[in-house]
Amino acid sequence: MTIGLGHYLAVAAILFTLGIFGIFLNRKNVIIILMSIELILLAVNINLVAFSAHLGDIVGQIYALIVLTVAAAETAIGLAILVIFYRNRGTIAVEDINLMKG
Amino acid sequence: MVVQALFFYLFAGICVASAFMVIAARNPVHSVLYLILAFVNAAGLFVMMGAEFLAMILVVVYVGAVAVLFLFVVMMLDVDFASLRQGVLQYLPIGALIGGIFLAELLLVVGAWTIGPGVPKAVAAPIPAGTSNTEAIGLVLYTRYAYFFEAAGFILLVAMVGAIVLTLQHRARVRRQDIARQVARTPAQAVELRRVRPGQGLGGSA
Repeated sequence: MTIGLGHYLAVAAILFTLGIFGIFLNRKNVIIILMSIELILLAVNINLVAFSAHLGDIVGQIYALIVLTVAAAETAIGLAILVIFYRNRGTIAVEDINLMKG
Repeated sequence: MVVQALFFYLFAGICVASAFMVIAARNPVHSVLYLILAFVNAAGLFVMMGAEFLAMILVVVYVGAVAVLFLFVVMMLDVDFASLRQGVLQYLPIGALIGGIFLAELLLVVGAWTIGPGVPKAVAAPIPAGTSNTEAIGLVLYTRYAYFFEAAGFILLVAMVGAIVLTLQHRARVRRQDIARQVARTPAQAVELRRVRPGQGLGGSA
């Protein structure tokens, strides 16, 4: 049996769903939510690379590179915000993050 | 072909299982370690698809930088993670329902999707024959997508500066060296000359 585009897209779909499920499941823990976002971005990257390999087009991998960059920047900023929030409030529970009354 | 299928199911299976453990583990440190495992197996999938450069970047950037950053933050924050896990079962049914519907929809789309035979192929940048993956990326990334590349570098610079600015703390009690003040000091401010009479001392005027 040959492994084609559909197999990779199925793996990416499962990873994406697990990321969304993780956000639902761990609604109190910001760190797990950030990790779930990383899983979602990984699924997007797998999709981009799978289509790049299937269509013979290198641009998909360029986009995956850009997504990787943005994901790394987002994680760094998110964790920095988390650290200063913990320093100020002594907790990282999501329901306590209501300073701006959003 | 059999070997390819074997490795695909190995990588995909471990990737999905460890992604599940990321969101299901009780200890956040275990979550981070499972995240590393998921990314390494995704890198294996990338290698199978012929994207070796991105696979190595994934290992370097995620396992080397992002996951270690997560690990540092998890270990640095003295948080009672057990209390954060309370109420997980409360969100389990609705989360499983929405996740199940979403996954079913996605798999239906993926399974039923084909490229029409009459559709002309619109390939933006075909992979040149006889070049390695890294060479092919470099040929396009530094020429046609140079601005994207510079924008990515700028995003990383802004993220670095932002993270440093956010986490830098000024303590009130720490005395710092102010070089500008030191250099701007004149002898008139620093030295005071007094004529002292013999046997009288400064006489309490000091």
